[in-house]
Amino acid sequence: MAAPIAKSNLVMLKNAFKYVGLRGISTSRPASAQLTVRDALNSGIDEEMERDERVFILGEEVAQYDGAYKISRGLWKKYGDKRVIDTPITEMGFAGIATGAAMAGLRPICEFMTWNFSMQAIDHVINSAAKTFYMSAGIVNVPIVFRGPNGAAAGVAAQHSQCFGAWYSHCPGLKVIAPYSAEDAKGLLKAAIRDPDPVVCLENEIMYGTAFDVSDEVLSKDFVLPIGKAKIERAGKHITLVAFSRAVATCLDAAKELSTIGIEAEVINLRTLRPLDFDTVMESVKKTNHLVSVEHGWPQSGVGAEIVSRMVEGPGFYHLDAPPVRVTGADIPMPYAKTLEDHSLPQGKDVVRVVKKLLNVQ
Amino acid sequence: MFSVTLRCLGRQVHQQNKSLAPLFTYSKNGLNTEATFDTKPFKLHKLEEGPATTVTLSRQDALKYYKDMQMIRRMETAAGNLYKEKIIRGFCHLYSGQEACCVGMRASMRSYDAVITAYRAHGWTYVMGVDAVGVLAELTGRSSGCARGKGGSMHMYVKNFYGGNGIVGAQQPLGAGIALALKYQGTDGVCLTLYGDGAANQGQLYEAMNMAQLWKLPVIFICENNGYGMGTSVDRASASTAYYTRGDYVPGIWVDGMDVLAVREATRFAIDHCATGKGPMVMEVVTYRYSGHSMSDPGTSYRSRDEIQEVRQTRDPITGFRERMLSSDLATADELKDIDQNVRQVIDDAVKRAKSDKEIGLDELTADIMSNPIDTRVRGVTAFDTLTHKRLGPAVNSP
Repeated sequence: MAAPIAKSNLVMLKNAFKYVGLRGISTSRPASAQLTVRDALNSGIDEEMERDERVFILGEEVAQYDGAYKISRGLWKKYGDKRVIDTPITEMGFAGIATGAAMAGLRPICEFMTWNFSMQAIDHVINSAAKTFYMSAGIVNVPIVFRGPNGAAAGVAAQHSQCFGAWYSHCPGLKVIAPYSAEDAKGLLKAAIRDPDPVVCLENEIMYGTAFDVSDEVLSKDFVLPIGKAKIERAGKHITLVAFSRAVATCLDAAKELSTIGIEAEVINLRTLRPLDFDTVMESVKKTNHLVSVEHGWPQSGVGAEIVSRMVEGPGFYHLDAPPVRVTGADIPMPYAKTLEDHSLPQGKDVVRVVKKLLNVQ
Repeated sequence: MFSVTLRCLGRQVHQQNKSLAPLFTYSKNGLNTEATFDTKPFKLHKLEEGPATTVTLSRQDALKYYKDMQMIRRMETAAGNLYKEKIIRGFCHLYSGQEACCVGMRASMRSYDAVITAYRAHGWTYVMGVDAVGVLAELTGRSSGCARGKGGSMHMYVKNFYGGNGIVGAQQPLGAGIALALKYQGTDGVCLTLYGDGAANQGQLYEAMNMAQLWKLPVIFICENNGYGMGTSVDRASASTAYYTRGDYVPGIWVDGMDVLAVREATRFAIDHCATGKGPMVMEVVTYRYSGHSMSDPGTSYRSRDEIQEVRQTRDPITGFRERMLSSDLATADELKDIDQNVRQVIDDAVKRAKSDKEIGLDELTADIMSNPIDTRVRGVTAFDTLTHKRLGPAVNSP
């Protein structure tokens, strides 16, 4: 008769199968997977198109090219010409068509190849989409999503590198989301598609290829994040760093370096620019008494200007032990040459420098 | 020279009368129940056949068109007066002279067809179902206005009518989008997308036409050509004033916009074309506006008073139609007088309401910014003013 396997050995074997079976190598969270921002957006759109027949996507190269940045990969094959529509290179025309379709009951996703091109169509985003519900005294709501990559990419120079966070978050009647992680991208975009009001979704091209660990919940078909709610990416007690989109990574880099010298920064990922979750920022500053806003867009009248203004206009003023400061892109059009480009945008070390100055640390 | 002018005018009027005389009539009780007329010929672009030029008009329809056109004329006159009394503010673009366009087009529309136009929208708002109070009180900014006074002259909406758009040309691709939705939803509905001769040069029109043709969208692009884009005559604004051909690869029809029956017939033809999946169509309806571009414009610095008078006397859509009705015994002069009086009464009452009804309360300052508001706090004019968002309207595209 064979010797019985010890119970503890059995348990070990069982666990080994569980870890190995799921994802190959053991991790600290065996149920998680890796998801790129691109795939997060892609699956979000796919799931919502499956869920609601009124949802369709239009834009340049979204169908047969699989998307200029491959965000809509596979969708045309799955849904066909009716619901995945390649447009001519006529932003004003197709943004207007998408908005009209939304007014008449459909749920369009209008892709701008980059948000720079939205300037050709901005009248429709603002005057046709954002304002119509109010002007009609609540009769015609416009359930449209405008989305695309926002801000600087790499080496694309001045006309292709602008951040539109400030411009669009300025306008009442719009919701403006700015995902950072894969989880953000999927949850917020799905929420935007389901939302009955016009939503501007500012993505980031450099982040598209970045993979993040996500839980099973994120992978599910009903994973939705609340628009208008910020997330604390990293808890800390010495200073609050607020950012959105790629600047969140800049803050996390800074926080990592600051940690080595004993400064614990709290990093807030805004996730949404309008409505801005200022309550979360306030609660954080009550704890840390210091605020730095970090963005990649230009300084004058930027998103940071709004955050800092709100902080000093109200009770926040009395919680601050130092002036609230903005870290932004330099006040210049984006140059092409590599070294110049590197110095046009803030990096982790620039945030570290500012934090040290505010905290009076050498 | 004066007598020569008079003789010329007389000849024109006589010729006009000729076309007013009915071809065939059918009698009952001394009044005809129906009559047949010839319209001016249509001009066609990329079309083998066009709308019929011989049209039949029933007495019932005749009375309705007459009444509707008179209502719009009176309503616009009332609006002009209210503006001069400074009770209407801002912009006010009157439709007087163009009545045959919206009434004729509406006559051929089915209940599920859609319309979108620019800011000269009061006549359209009326034919799409908003009564005189709804229009005039919106102009005076009162709660009984069709947008509760929040939109004003250029932003009136009702089922299947998407305004009322303030930005010249914006309605062109919006209308193509509405047509896309109608097609997507499996209906044979059509979207009538109106614009003026000024807006006919907008780039977005050609962007919209391109996509409409590519995707066979059921949209009729209709140019209400009244000869002037604000103060700039068509000859000074457009290298080509043949607006019905400007769609290039999109077939087009030129229509006498002062003849409600021609407009009705052309619209019937165009709707049929679009509703049977043949793609978009362009219609140019040649019309005239008696007033200036808006109430801020006397309308005489860029055109002569003689010109305006001439149109009033020889081509007025209501006068012309009235004469048709009378000469074909579709109605008696007394009947029409009764209609006139009734219209006058309705408009007078509506003006009273427009003057005396209340504005909405200040709590509605922050009503219906979003149909699904997330944060209901809305910042007021200072950091210390926090208002509350309110939801009142039906939000027809939810959830």
